Amino acid sequence: MAVAHPLDKYLRTDRIPTMWCPGCGLGIVMGTLLRAVDRRIKEGSLKRENVGFAGGIGCTARMTLYPLFDSAHVIHGRAIPFALAVKIVKPEMKMIVVGGDGDLAAIGGNHILHAIRRNADLLVVMVNNMIYGMTGGQVAPTTPRGLYTTTTPYGNPEREMNMIKLTAALGANYVARGSITHPQLLEQYLYKALGKRGLAFVEVISTCPELFGRHIGFRSPVDLYMEIRKRIVIKAKPSIEESDYSWEKGFVIGEFVDRDEPGFTDTIYEYLNKIRGGGVQ
Amino acid sequence: MGKVIPISGNYAVAYAAKAADVDVIAAYPITPQTAVVEKLSEFVANGELDAEFIHVESEHSALSAVVGASAVGARVFTATSAQGLLLMYEIMHIASTLRLPIVMGIAARAISAPINIWCDHSDFMAASDTGWIMFMAMNAQEAHDLVIAGFRIAEDPKVHLPVAVGYDGFLVSHTIEPVNIIERDEALKYAPKRVTWYTLNPDKPITLGPLASPDWYFEFRVQLQDAIEGAREVISNAFAEFAQHFGRKYGEVDAYYTDDADVVLVTMGSASGTALAYVEEARKEGVKVGLINVRLFRPFPEEFIAKHIENAKVVAVVDRAVNAGSSFVGPLYSDIAVTMFKRGFDIPVVNYITGLGGRAVLKDHIDHMVKHALSLVGKKMRDIKTHYAFVGVRE
Repeated sequence: MAVAHPLDKYLRTDRIPTMWCPGCGLGIVMGTLLRAVDRRIKEGSLKRENVGFAGGIGCTARMTLYPLFDSAHVIHGRAIPFALAVKIVKPEMKMIVVGGDGDLAAIGGNHILHAIRRNADLLVVMVNNMIYGMTGGQVAPTTPRGLYTTTTPYGNPEREMNMIKLTAALGANYVARGSITHPQLLEQYLYKALGKRGLAFVEVISTCPELFGRHIGFRSPVDLYMEIRKRIVIKAKPSIEESDYSWEKGFVIGEFVDRDEPGFTDTIYEYLNKIRGGGVQ
Repeated sequence: MGKVIPISGNYAVAYAAKAADVDVIAAYPITPQTAVVEKLSEFVANGELDAEFIHVESEHSALSAVVGASAVGARVFTATSAQGLLLMYEIMHIASTLRLPIVMGIAARAISAPINIWCDHSDFMAASDTGWIMFMAMNAQEAHDLVIAGFRIAEDPKVHLPVAVGYDGFLVSHTIEPVNIIERDEALKYAPKRVTWYTLNPDKPITLGPLASPDWYFEFRVQLQDAIEGAREVISNAFAEFAQHFGRKYGEVDAYYTDDADVVLVTMGSASGTALAYVEEARKEGVKVGLINVRLFRPFPEEFIAKHIENAKVVAVVDRAVNAGSSFVGPLYSDIAVTMFKRGFDIPVVNYITGLGGRAVLKDHIDHMVKHALSLVGKKMRDIKTHYAFVGVRE
């Protein structure tokens, strides 16, 4: 059988084309994520049958439907508890949580706090398109101040939420921000994140040309892409403070945190062995 | 009188909240409700509505925020659907027992899993035990009118209860219809702002919702039951005065051709429109079928239903939700069956469940139900082996 795309083996090709709009950044996110997974599988540091996806609600969470791995599309904001439970029961699994900013920073905000507090062994990929895309482009906690959305027709008066600062402060093992305008770097971050124990958090600055771009004056997906690309600042070792973003200041991408503290799975097993006098695997 | 404009059910609800001059709106986006709060945020931003719009981080927070605003005497509004309503469920009980007059729009939608954004009544029915007064609108005009009537009823000193106005997701929420818009001055003449409920007051501090021990909790629940029962009269009066103010007559239920019908269909929401179209055609062919549309769902309008099934030989209840494993299956059926049992009706009452997850309810489906119901004429309830059937489902 002819292979149309090198990643076809990881895709439910009968589900393609995706429901994402033309020009959406999510295709790039899924492509880079699958390439990172492919590299890990090829080098033997990850088994294909151990990869699982969980997503809440939103365009990003729909990513659970396309890769050819076990996956669950759960309710809004609750993918992290689902993934954590899978990981506890089957510690060999590498659970990847995919969600938008609305899903993970707003309605599911509580869960990410406690996943990081536990240093839960999960890869959380938060795709930040700066609005609620699926429901029609409403203001989100991550919307840069001053920008127009369908629910802030005279500009967003509120401060934008910086998830990098939050996840770094709470002690995630790996915190990075990439952008769909720089897919090679993004793939590097995702590749590295997949190899970490504990919680790895990767924020991806993405584009919603339909409901974000058009409302702020960019008529085509390419215009929005070029605009975002212009506002990306690449830094090799950025400080946490530099992660604060605004529309004017732009978005610093890079690796903000890279440490190696015991993950939740290690902690639990150490604890169980202490109580039971060893032998728990 | 107001002007007639072509708008969707969602916009009709937003225009109603604007006309009611709400002070605080808190909401979270969810399909198919989102357009309500988008329109309201536009009204607020344009200065057409002097209100605070709170962009909260979940529906749990949305209802909590309107509870807070109502607790200081604001006129408040929110809207949601499906999972959003379920996330509000915890706070719905708090709103009703704190006796706060909140009005909420519910664009009725199916519940996960699997994810489905289309119309049925699973969300609306799941909220039916929360002590809220609940209406189901048949079309955009009704949704508009019931929101305005809702404020009058909710804030009535004899009531002080939250009100939910349901309208079918997409079928009503997204369909553009001509709607006679009530203007602010007229709405406020009909439903004047008057704060008579217990509010927080720094001069004379009170605490809302503290621990009530077994010595006192029971009485709060009894008061809630008394309040919602007492609301029946207020609702009737509110509808009567609505007709005087705006010329549109609403009842707790609508009845069509029920006087001499062998089979009386009972429906809610947009399916009532389809059922009525069917009934009118069937009548021309001499089929003795009648129809009741249930507009008020809580408190359940038992007396009105009973009156219109007096001459029926079979009652056929159409549900768009399933209470799996219950003795009744369809939630509307349970209320109808109990209404009949309490009054000693000894005729078959059967349940047709249809249109789940947005599947269309067609005249053909209604025809199938009516033909089946007609085959039961002359039987007693105890002769019926299975009281429910799914209509329009894959074999």
